[in-house]
Amino acid sequence: MTTDVLIQVTGLQKHFKGAQQSADGKIRALDGVSAQIHRGEVVVVIGPSGSGKSTFLRCLNLLELPTGGQILFDGADITDKNCNINLHRQKMGMVFQHFNLFPHMTILKNMTIAPMQLLHKSKEEAEKTAMELLSRVGLADRTNAYPSQLSGGQKQRVAIVRALAMQPEVMLFDEPTSALDPEMVGEVLEVMKELADSGMTMVVVTHEMGFAREVADRVLFMADGKLIEEGTPDEIFSHPKSPRLQDFLAKVL
Amino acid sequence: MGDWYTKVKAEFILNFVEDNRWKYLVTGLGNTLKITLAAVLLGIVIGTLVAIVRSTWDQNADRMRPGAGKSLLHIADMICKIYLTVIRGTPVVVQLMIMFYIIFATSRNGVGVAMLAFGVNSGAYVAELIRGGIMAIDKGQLEAGRSLGFDYVQTMRFIIVPQALKNVLPALANEFIVLLKETSVAGYVAVTDLTKGGDIIRGRTFSAFMPLIVVALIYLVMVVFFTWLVGKLERRLRSSDH
Repeated sequence: MTTDVLIQVTGLQKHFKGAQQSADGKIRALDGVSAQIHRGEVVVVIGPSGSGKSTFLRCLNLLELPTGGQILFDGADITDKNCNINLHRQKMGMVFQHFNLFPHMTILKNMTIAPMQLLHKSKEEAEKTAMELLSRVGLADRTNAYPSQLSGGQKQRVAIVRALAMQPEVMLFDEPTSALDPEMVGEVLEVMKELADSGMTMVVVTHEMGFAREVADRVLFMADGKLIEEGTPDEIFSHPKSPRLQDFLAKVL
Repeated sequence: MGDWYTKVKAEFILNFVEDNRWKYLVTGLGNTLKITLAAVLLGIVIGTLVAIVRSTWDQNADRMRPGAGKSLLHIADMICKIYLTVIRGTPVVVQLMIMFYIIFATSRNGVGVAMLAFGVNSGAYVAELIRGGIMAIDKGQLEAGRSLGFDYVQTMRFIIVPQALKNVLPALANEFIVLLKETSVAGYVAVTDLTKGGDIIRGRTFSAFMPLIVVALIYLVMVVFFTWLVGKLERRLRSSDH
């Protein structure tokens, strides 16, 4: 693991207007979060629901527009409004809770459309990469199937390799196993583990504490839109310092 | 019985066989189908564009940063709204006559003008149909497209619009059936469509029953046939629903 910083988050804020959550009538989904993601590192974000961990992840590729703070990706300020976020997103793969495969396309087309349109790869080249990736996750025989013909676990594995087909520098996972039947969680976590072993930089929001403990290089604990504690899995799970984290772990472990 | 049969036969010969009058119906049917097909295609093109502008504005206006792009989109949205209001707020016959006698006053191409007028008219109804289809697509699809690096327009083109069109395909086919009947007013601008063809025969023979009933039957057969086809299409789409 090298130590150079891939994503530098400084004072990130996200306020939603609307309900009477605080004195000024705003919900503070993120309230000044600062964090660093190093190249080759696996960072797992944990916390109770409503803690802002998904919002934090979705801010990293600007699916949510932050209302304050700064995000540097590979040295470029992506929160600057003159920055072309589309180019940066090509290098940030994202995996969603509900897979979000394109239902009108075959698995192969799902895999090749972005590399062909955005990286201008030839059809043969894109399909070759897609086949290699699909074999890696054991789905090479499903290339001509449609997403509706796959199980949840298979869909999520396709979603992961679809993002990988763009050769991203970082992979963002937004609760990738939360929508899966229990017996399919393992196969997806297995793929993520292999990905981590291959040296991919990963930011993972999850409720799978076992995965966090085993695979993470670093764990961030969030609550109420704030980063409460961060450390190695051992520090977080075996020697939690803040009462909020101790309370959270007592409930989930 | 025999008397009745002889009468009908004489009527039939008078209206369709003598002077080859059946040719009015064939020409008319051809024009009706031509106008309907061109209008439905033009309507889908206009409708898709209007639907994209309208849904883009509705879904993103409050999230967009102020600037030239936002102003342009706002103006485009307002133009679309005016188009929808005017077209859906006036009778299609009036629109057709304005097209023929005012906008294209110098053109003698009645069929072309009718294609355009009905296409522009249909576009307004199709736009709202497709807009509904776009709004019904799960938000995750847009997010998945954007997260891969597609810009908004590419995401619409490759991911959202194809799904929306597929979902509203039966409704679009229905629009074809509606147009088939609506174009029967094309005679107002001297186009010999099916209705006008029958009416010309009536004017020649002074016999209304036979030509008008036959025209009505031809419409009915076509509508029943296309309705059956749409039903088949719907079942096919549902069974291949991914």
